Amino acid sequence: MTNSNFSRRRVLKTGAIASAGLALPTYLRADGHTGFTNAPGDSEVTLGFNVPQTGPYADEGADELRAYELAVEHLNGGGDGGMLSTFSSKVLDGTGILGREVKYVTGDTQTKSDAARASARSMIEKDGAIMITGGSSSGVAVAVQALCQEAGIIFMAGLTHSNDTTGKDRRANGFRHFFNSYMSGAALAPVLAANYGTDRKAYHLTADYNWGYTTEEAVKSSTEALGWETVNAVKTPLTQTDFSSYIAPVLNSGADVLVLNHYGGNMVNSLTNAVQFGLREAQANGQNFEIIVPLYSRLMAKGAGANVKGIFGSTNWHWSLQDEGSKAFVQSFGTKYGFPPSQAAHTTYVQTLLYADAVTRANSFNPCAVVEALEDFEFDGLGNGKTLYRGADHQCFKDVLVVKGKENPENEFDLLEIVEVTPVEQVTYAPDHPQFAGGDLGTCNPGA
Amino acid sequence: MLGLEKKDFRLLLIVVALTMLAPFILNPFPEGSDMAQFNAGYPDLMQRFVIFGILAIGFNILFGLTGYLSFGHAAFLGVGSYAAVWMFKLLSMNVIPAILLSVVIAGVFALIIGYVSLRRSGIYFSILTLAFAQMSYALAYSVLTPLTGGETGLQPKPGDPRILDGALAPGETATPGFFGLFDMRDSLELSVGSWVFTFNAGYYFAAVLMIVAFYVSIRIFRSPFGMMLRAIKSNQTRMSYTGLNARPYTLAAFVISGMYAGLAGGLLVSMDPQAGAERMFWTASGEIVLMTILGGAGTLIGPVLGAGFIKYFENIVSKINKTTLEGWFYWLPDGLEDFVITLIYPFVGKGWHLTLGLLFMLVVIFLPGGLVQGGQKIAAAFKRKKPDDAKRSATEPAE
Repeated sequence: MTNSNFSRRRVLKTGAIASAGLALPTYLRADGHTGFTNAPGDSEVTLGFNVPQTGPYADEGADELRAYELAVEHLNGGGDGGMLSTFSSKVLDGTGILGREVKYVTGDTQTKSDAARASARSMIEKDGAIMITGGSSSGVAVAVQALCQEAGIIFMAGLTHSNDTTGKDRRANGFRHFFNSYMSGAALAPVLAANYGTDRKAYHLTADYNWGYTTEEAVKSSTEALGWETVNAVKTPLTQTDFSSYIAPVLNSGADVLVLNHYGGNMVNSLTNAVQFGLREAQANGQNFEIIVPLYSRLMAKGAGANVKGIFGSTNWHWSLQDEGSKAFVQSFGTKYGFPPSQAAHTTYVQTLLYADAVTRANSFNPCAVVEALEDFEFDGLGNGKTLYRGADHQCFKDVLVVKGKENPENEFDLLEIVEVTPVEQVTYAPDHPQFAGGDLGTCNPGA
Repeated sequence: MLGLEKKDFRLLLIVVALTMLAPFILNPFPEGSDMAQFNAGYPDLMQRFVIFGILAIGFNILFGLTGYLSFGHAAFLGVGSYAAVWMFKLLSMNVIPAILLSVVIAGVFALIIGYVSLRRSGIYFSILTLAFAQMSYALAYSVLTPLTGGETGLQPKPGDPRILDGALAPGETATPGFFGLFDMRDSLELSVGSWVFTFNAGYYFAAVLMIVAFYVSIRIFRSPFGMMLRAIKSNQTRMSYTGLNARPYTLAAFVISGMYAGLAGGLLVSMDPQAGAERMFWTASGEIVLMTILGGAGTLIGPVLGAGFIKYFENIVSKINKTTLEGWFYWLPDGLEDFVITLIYPFVGKGWHLTLGLLFMLVVIFLPGGLVQGGQKIAAAFKRKKPDDAKRSATEPAE
């Protein structure tokens, strides 16, 4: 620091710039004068769509994003309005949410909790998103749900099937429309008993992570209640692609039913292996050997091809449903994208509408007001019949579809046929059911 | 000053200035403008810049000095994270005990892994560390689920004991803080015209720790110990012929760099209390290697730059979607607009990996010394010609 020569000219110049800077409207504030995080302005409101765009569930993520774009279009009054016209609540009129135009930002969860949280945080901190929705894995949903609780933002879960999302990891700011493992088990068991009898011995192959565990437990307890016996339950690594070594011991185990608690690519591979091993033609204990896939999706059925024929499973929604809501949704989705929507697309579309509707009914974007509007809210016309958003655990209760791989598909989308629509009473459980115990909603957090 | 040479001290001052003024530097575009998409001055990303900076600084002590390429460094990050979350759950939401424990646990873990892995060098060492990290990942993902939360991850819950903190008031969420003085998520916003600058408490907390970590790293680089580590890199065989046992030195470097990673892990969960197993996945380890090489292995500031570079791409470029592009190019004639968007679209949004990969290739091919070498080249171009001097000051690229 030897040559610091302040000339008069330089001092004047610097002074002029500095005073120009000070003359700009400047204010300093800590968060907390609007009453809640990211209060929207008068003309726009920003929603955050956080979906996997890369990684194993990228297909589901892409379909979710399509549905979100469609929902935003409908909320802003574009397109044919989709399910807005069939929805039992009529407060949404195509002028955005509370008169504010709906904008959105997107992010990539990479199906990793860390990346999902980073992406959600940037939506909250940088883009001012008032609500975060999306995800297609329970781990991600639980992680982002906890983040939204801490930040004071509403989280509308996307595709997440594990019991824990609204069980032991439930949060006051988080809501789930999708069904869960328990419901799958409860819906499937009677159909299985009717088709395969009550004297069966089941062998489980379970993906070795949280969702696998809850699904195995749910299917086990539901089928055992009907007289089935569980011979063995084997965990398989999530990254496994060849299941031959797991399938080989099944035939000699004395079991006559194989339950594949697998999802996505895992299920496609394990089912294909099982069929290649001739399990479907095999006989055991004097009965035909059967395979069951508790959670089905059309995208998975497509991957497994002809192997899914005649195999039972459950699903949240299917595009071939004939109620007004489903027809309207399939119509507008098909017109825009040229193919029918998946169940992931359906649940995310519905979640966006439900959020917009709750804000409008509460006449406020304040998360606590939204929570109040959604709790114990009953609605209809969104594709699943009469539905209840239970206040005790923020889980939707609605009919569950039991489906079966179609024997003679007419086209590449027509892969599943609905065997039975299990009524909601049969899949309802107490909020403190053992499979959901240990959770605590806490109270809603409006943030700042 | 502070036991540093003049040149190093100047570098430290530059780092201090950069980190302290980061909210201004990273938010150059006014709010609401089209370019605001490229602003990086929001708390989450700024925190990530400095935390991954710490991680890369630590990795560089091992890789840059001894040349031992650990391909499992993410394991220490993960272990540190889990340790810190357990501290939050059991003891207190104060970050200090959490961070201390995460550093200690990561150090012990590094001692065990290092003791085994350092029996081999070169590619065998890399594979051993990779194997250990993948083992930790697999354990955390399934077998150790009660301890790690498995796929769901570990997070503080309202019902945790937290024996040092009082019970929560109804409606209150437990957030990591510093002795009750401030919360990590506290922020102050300064609006100047249409610019908004955010000063986040957690960021400054992490930034101070990064400066300390950087200072320690300079001291290690310039110490006799650092010289010994460099000797291991240049010729280990010759070193053992002179009667020196290299193992204690490499092990010490390994443990130190593991502790840096533990510190980074503890800080990560202090800013965002959630630890997931994928933090230990091999791609996470690979990312640390990329950061160091991209910035310039063996240089002091390089790894920090590399970390910032990668995190910027992951968080900013990945969020540009088709609608954003349409917003930028709406003024072009229709056909041309579609053409330009089709051209750019594969490189943004979910294609951010592609862009990063291309840039990484360019850097490795044209700037083998990383971004630091790029900086030196630019500086040399602007400097008055002093050929001898320029030659001497250029850092040799690391192998």
